[in-house]
Amino acid sequence: MNRPRTKLSAGRIVAWTLLGIALLLTVFPFYWMIRTSLTPAADIYSDSTGLVPDHPTMINFLRVLGLTSEEEARAAGGSGAQVDFLRYLLNSVVYSGLIAVLQTLFCAMAGYAFARLRFPGRDLVFGVLIAALMVPPIFTVLPNFVLVKNLGLLNTFAGMVAPSVLMTPFAVFFLRQFFLSIPRDVEEAATLDGVGAWGIFWRIVMPMSRGPLITIGLTTTVWSWKDYLWPLLTGREDQTRVLTVALGIFQQQSPNTQPDWTGLMAGSTLSVLPVLVLLIVLGRRLVESLNFTGIK
Amino acid sequence: MGADTAVAPPQKGAGPDPVADRAPARSRRSRDDRKAAWLFLAPALIGFALFYAYPTVRGFYYSLTDYNLLSDPSFTGMDNYRDLIGDDQFFNALKVTGYYVVLNIGSQTVLGLLLATLMHRLTRSVALRAMLLVPWLVPNVTVGLLWMWLLDANLGFVNHILDALGFGTTGFFTSPTWAMPTVAAVNTWAYTGYTALLLYAGMLQIPHHLYESASLDGAGEWRMFTRITLPLLRPVLALVLVVSLIGSFQIFDTIAVTTKGGPVSATRVIYFYIYEQAFTNFHMGYASAVAVVLAVILAALTAVQMRLLRASRSDLA
Repeated sequence: MNRPRTKLSAGRIVAWTLLGIALLLTVFPFYWMIRTSLTPAADIYSDSTGLVPDHPTMINFLRVLGLTSEEEARAAGGSGAQVDFLRYLLNSVVYSGLIAVLQTLFCAMAGYAFARLRFPGRDLVFGVLIAALMVPPIFTVLPNFVLVKNLGLLNTFAGMVAPSVLMTPFAVFFLRQFFLSIPRDVEEAATLDGVGAWGIFWRIVMPMSRGPLITIGLTTTVWSWKDYLWPLLTGREDQTRVLTVALGIFQQQSPNTQPDWTGLMAGSTLSVLPVLVLLIVLGRRLVESLNFTGIK
Repeated sequence: MGADTAVAPPQKGAGPDPVADRAPARSRRSRDDRKAAWLFLAPALIGFALFYAYPTVRGFYYSLTDYNLLSDPSFTGMDNYRDLIGDDQFFNALKVTGYYVVLNIGSQTVLGLLLATLMHRLTRSVALRAMLLVPWLVPNVTVGLLWMWLLDANLGFVNHILDALGFGTTGFFTSPTWAMPTVAAVNTWAYTGYTALLLYAGMLQIPHHLYESASLDGAGEWRMFTRITLPLLRPVLALVLVVSLIGSFQIFDTIAVTTKGGPVSATRVIYFYIYEQAFTNFHMGYASAVAVVLAVILAALTAVQMRLLRASRSDLA
């Protein structure tokens, strides 16, 4: 922005210093996490304050990725239990990817119907749907767990994503708001050319709505990436275990009284890397989408 | 919840457009899209019926039963609710949750406001905002583990520093006094950047010339903050405050990986209590009753939210 450059007054120096401290407090813990993950387990008693590890090593990453033999892992401070964070990483990607893509699509369809299509009972149905915003998640988690269990879908991706892929009231509400703001002329021209509702939605409305669609898709990705309770209940087994659940289980498998800190930090680093990549690639978009959705 | 009304007046003129929404220019008869509409709505409606409406009814029903997840629920009427009244753990959970909410919301709001104001008055850097967002992007489980390590009584970095400064070491998560403030501080760390960015977005809506003329009149930063920023930010602030309030009632992940409700129930918040009752003790009916009470509390808070939002329409119009 082209603001006139103000001179560096005492007040501004204080303000910048405060902002600098905030940034340091934000970033340093992550630095320390990575630093610990590169430290040999045997060193954490002796080498625990230097900014750089005395004997940097990749062994912690290798063992949480399941790339070392059991003996090597145990020698490096692990419990010897088989862990394979590469798999959990992929599971997390599948879990949040499925939810983000399908939820955005289905909520866009619903939002479009509520915004543009005419049918009896539209406002009533919309009102009932939005009322679901009032029900706290924990309240539906218990019966939903029973339902998924009774359907025999525990430890399947289908069961894990079922409650969220089809809709979430907020996304329907949000996308409907946006669709209402699109001028009708374009659609009407297409209608005259004989394009049906699906064609209009898919070829005109969706491409015009990239901003809000990405906004909803991104926030959904972040929230489902962070999910813990629901995947903990429905996806404990190896083939569906996501990163957050894996970290919790890994924490409890510690060999001695002291947690396996170097391994845990290597696993934690893996749970941060993908969102960090997301932030680097889509940083501006992500930040702007906050201004856009306001609060989720 | 409540969504984009105040915080993000969406780009140019989004929002319900009464004219476009209502009157069809052409005859009603020519455009009844009910077939297309139900097709468009089918996935969402199925999802709503199966995973929102049905479980809500089901949840109420479970709260009136004795149900251990293995055999069928057996109807016991109001028994669970009667038991709640004599359950010290339940009241402790309410108390502990309240304590957490106050600590967390207090620190998060004050720090968030400070951070947002600093950004607003100093820089528009996207890179800086992106960095402040990182803790929010990270799973609470990771955040919990990371801080358990940093605050570890023997090996943690923070205790090394405190020790070097002559304060000795503290078992932050293991002390009944410190456990809850520590959890609150950790979640403040994780969410303050996010809160600050929402508030910052609200501040961007305030016309810049107000600050310019104020500073021509010789107003200092503090005066501008109290006379311009705070009053004009009120609706956004109210929304952020109440939404994060409702959010912090639902703290679970951080507790689940760090203190697990301990030491001596010092951090057994209501969400965690429900989880334990349902999945550790297999008292699904009782857990549902506690969940109903939580839902009622949150509904009351939401009602307050609605009032607050109405009462605090921006002076900006």
